[in-house]
Amino acid sequence: MTTSSRKVKSNQHLIGYPQRKIDGVEKATGRAVYTDDLQLPGMLHGKILRSPHPHARIVGIDTSRAEALPGVHAVVTGRDMPTPYGIIPWTQDEYPLALDRVRYVGDGVAAVAAVDEDTANRALDLIHVEYEELPAWLDPWKALAAKGSYEEGHYIHSPKKDGWNGNVTKKVRLEFGEVDGLMDSSDVVVEGEYFFEGTTHAAIEPHCAIGSWEPDGVGHAGGTGGAGARDPEGDVALDPAGAPRGGKLTVWSSTQVPHYLHRELSRVLGVDPARVRVLQPLVGGGFGGKSEPFDLEFCVGALAMKSGRPVKILYTREEVFYAHRGRHPFHMEYRTGCTADGKLTSVDAKILLDGGAYASFGLVTTYYSGQLLCAPYEMPAYRFDSTRVYTNKPACGPKRGHGSVQPRFAFEVQMDKLAEKVGMDPIDFRRANFIGSDTRTVNELRITSNGFLECLDAVEAASGWREKFRRMPFGRGIGVAGSTYISGTNYPIYPNEMPQSAVQMQVDRSGRVAVFSGASEIGQGCDSLVAYIAAEELGVPLEYVRVMRGDTDFTPVDLGAYSSRVTFMLGNAAIDAARKLREKVQEAVAEAWEVKPGEVLLAGGRAHWAQDTQRQMHIREAFNLAEARFGTLGATGWYNTPKDVHGEYRGGTIGASPAYSFTAHVAEVEVDPETGVVTVEKIWVAHDCGRALNPVLVEGQMEGSAYMGCAEAIMEAHVFKDADHGREGLHGGPSLLAYKIPTSLDTPALESLIVESIDPEGPYGAKEAGEGPLHPSIPAVANAIYDAVGVRMDRLPFTPPRVWRSIEAARGAGVLGKPGFAMEAGG
Amino acid sequence: MIVSVNINGVDRSADVEPRLLLSDFIRHHVELTGTHVGCEHGVCGACTVLVDGRAVRSCLMFAVQADSCEVTTVEGLAGEGGEADLHPLQEAFREKHGLQCGFCTPGMLMTLVPFLEENPSPTEREVREAISGNLCRCTGYENIVRAVMHRVEQGLTGEARAHG
Ligand code: FES
Ligand code: FES
Repeated sequence: MTTSSRKVKSNQHLIGYPQRKIDGVEKATGRAVYTDDLQLPGMLHGKILRSPHPHARIVGIDTSRAEALPGVHAVVTGRDMPTPYGIIPWTQDEYPLALDRVRYVGDGVAAVAAVDEDTANRALDLIHVEYEELPAWLDPWKALAAKGSYEEGHYIHSPKKDGWNGNVTKKVRLEFGEVDGLMDSSDVVVEGEYFFEGTTHAAIEPHCAIGSWEPDGVGHAGGTGGAGARDPEGDVALDPAGAPRGGKLTVWSSTQVPHYLHRELSRVLGVDPARVRVLQPLVGGGFGGKSEPFDLEFCVGALAMKSGRPVKILYTREEVFYAHRGRHPFHMEYRTGCTADGKLTSVDAKILLDGGAYASFGLVTTYYSGQLLCAPYEMPAYRFDSTRVYTNKPACGPKRGHGSVQPRFAFEVQMDKLAEKVGMDPIDFRRANFIGSDTRTVNELRITSNGFLECLDAVEAASGWREKFRRMPFGRGIGVAGSTYISGTNYPIYPNEMPQSAVQMQVDRSGRVAVFSGASEIGQGCDSLVAYIAAEELGVPLEYVRVMRGDTDFTPVDLGAYSSRVTFMLGNAAIDAARKLREKVQEAVAEAWEVKPGEVLLAGGRAHWAQDTQRQMHIREAFNLAEARFGTLGATGWYNTPKDVHGEYRGGTIGASPAYSFTAHVAEVEVDPETGVVTVEKIWVAHDCGRALNPVLVEGQMEGSAYMGCAEAIMEAHVFKDADHGREGLHGGPSLLAYKIPTSLDTPALESLIVESIDPEGPYGAKEAGEGPLHPSIPAVANAIYDAVGVRMDRLPFTPPRVWRSIEAARGAGVLGKPGFAMEAGG
Repeated sequence: MIVSVNINGVDRSADVEPRLLLSDFIRHHVELTGTHVGCEHGVCGACTVLVDGRAVRSCLMFAVQADSCEVTTVEGLAGEGGEADLHPLQEAFREKHGLQCGFCTPGMLMTLVPFLEENPSPTEREVREAISGNLCRCTGYENIVRAVMHRVEQGLTGEARAHG
């Protein structure tokens, strides 16, 4: 069980100090193993045939010529996997391969496994699919306004009820406090319309999966999932009717969510979950782009079961772009009121989310679009009205800062506009509205630790804000923004009361500590984190810790690397396990020394007596004493979230987190008024991560986040062609050449300023650092552009043509220039 | 077609299709999987290797074009002595957290090794220019540049021992 208040007993000086990552050497030497690096004997190559149409009915599929091609071992279509799936149990609206309708260019319709890639590609050419094209809905407004029937293609999905619009995934309208009344009585009201363009994750590793089917039972969990002894129950029909019996399915995948993949593979392929094993080699970046099951994972499973041979599918880069699940385009309208002395009064938001072809995480995204805005500022009244619609484009989903990056952009620009109207410095304006710690937001989310004021102080001082704001020459500007984010969610994706994260730890006679961790290492360093904690708590050198990971056959469940949950939850679970073991070791040594257990310290590879540290023994001896006293030493540790902490209304559990992080950014830009080119010179990032367990890893997350946010501000746009600009529904440029992500030269200087508020429930006081620090980059850049040239950029991204047009419009209207320095009077 | 190359000091030859990419040859035929493929068309730099000491994108070159060349991949950077025998740049990337997911790392290293041999004491700007053809999605480049500058300050870039 997890208890509150993790006080740091830094005997070891590991936690809180810079440490190397445990996988640094393998990654720097090329020994690190990613999914595509694996080759299995007899392995086949799989490929997926994809729809050329954005919206069409499948009239028929003829795979006979492909099946007859020499070298082809198996072909599957939607009919082979007719069970719908989806990461959110209430909105399972997709199939591994389309059943009777395709909904975006790139929707999978058939898959083949062949001896090599060329043969597989040739086989795809031999599959004949007859389509009947349906109207394509690319514009979310048009999809929202559509009327008619699913059958005739007016709707992308079948409406849940008669008379409903089948293009609406989710509608959420929540209201807290007297929104209209307080708005009317506000001294100042600012209205704005904002557009956030879609962006995608673009992890450098493309998605990859390998499936393997062994017909002879569960067997033992060997290194590659090798078959072992036959399960005595092997012939008993545990599996659903019609499913292959008694065998075992193993899938390796570059997934962020092995546990959810495990569940869905079992359900969709009809294999008893006890006979499904998911392995997760190292993942080459995720950012939310690998956080739900994808077609390739089901296809390798089905193809392996059909062919009896292992099958690998590696997405091409083009397929990665079409798989997407990235940031939703948001159309947003905000009205925000405040008093003459700068206190927020009321916030009213209306949001349209362009969801793409499937629900993905969209139900959550729709809630997050409103729920996560209510800190770090006190809001007396708040309403949001968000609607997510389907369109015939690749499905949108969670990207770093899921659902809350877009409204944060709009809202922090609104804050800037309000500050100017009331004549306050925008940093002071934010301070004046600080919500505080140990409080509740207007939508009833519980805030514990809150270091937002320190974040503002830090960026203000480091950036030289007072000398720069409104004082730099025309063309140079500085802007500020703040934000908050969750450290995981209190409620898991499928309702259950079980722990959200767990580890198993054992110590052996050599002094080694083995940690079995089900957490997903995607580069953020969670494998290192459990090693630091094991070493810290058990007093062993870091080299004595082995982390066994990424295999559902022998690690306890962790729900995955998403929603910034890992450090908080895994960290607490690891402390729990380690302390159970530590107590036994302390007790055994104390008995031998005839002292009190609390006086036995474990540090530096030795057990010491606190009263006289000359009295000591090697940690190995201490472990041996404990093993002799208590038997073989192993412990499980786990963390579960508080389940009584949420808002008392429908949807009030969504957005509830055990702790919130806080961030402030200041961005400095140069804007060329003749070309519209915005150069972000520097971003100062101050982030309250509770406690930095390894400050260098935290800084890495802060810098990576700020980089990614800045990229969304100035260059990235995940867009599609319409009928007037090429073929409808085609990706605008599904390659890393066309979809521009920043190089080292495009990336501004980034300065990380860690703020530690020591959270009462976090592991050693820690909170998240992986997603929160992305949010303010975008509005900080927007506000800096305004400071530079007096032009408000309300549409993303701030590309040269768009900025230039805004500048030209201001020039034409005779209002181009530095904004006035109105705040001297007020601030 | 027969292609013969010396990879990391070992002679390897194979009968391959003329259109086989060098990256696929390295990964699938020689089974050195440290060379990564991120984009397949010369943009991300993850597949960078040295061919006769020059950094090239192995996804933009046919294996047969490397015939009778010396190829060095990331696996050839460290000496025989394991952890203690890392190339100074590998050590710096590990020490200064120049890697997160590690997928871009081999390409970064193979781009930087010849660059630092030619320019052992670059400015930070020059380092940024040198890696501007290598995409990293995790780090924001900050720690990568820091790792390199750390070595530059220590004057340790010259002892590069590639071409094992
Ligand atoms: S894979 Fe060769 S440059 Fe990207
Ligand atoms: S460390 Fe992940 S792409 Fe560079």
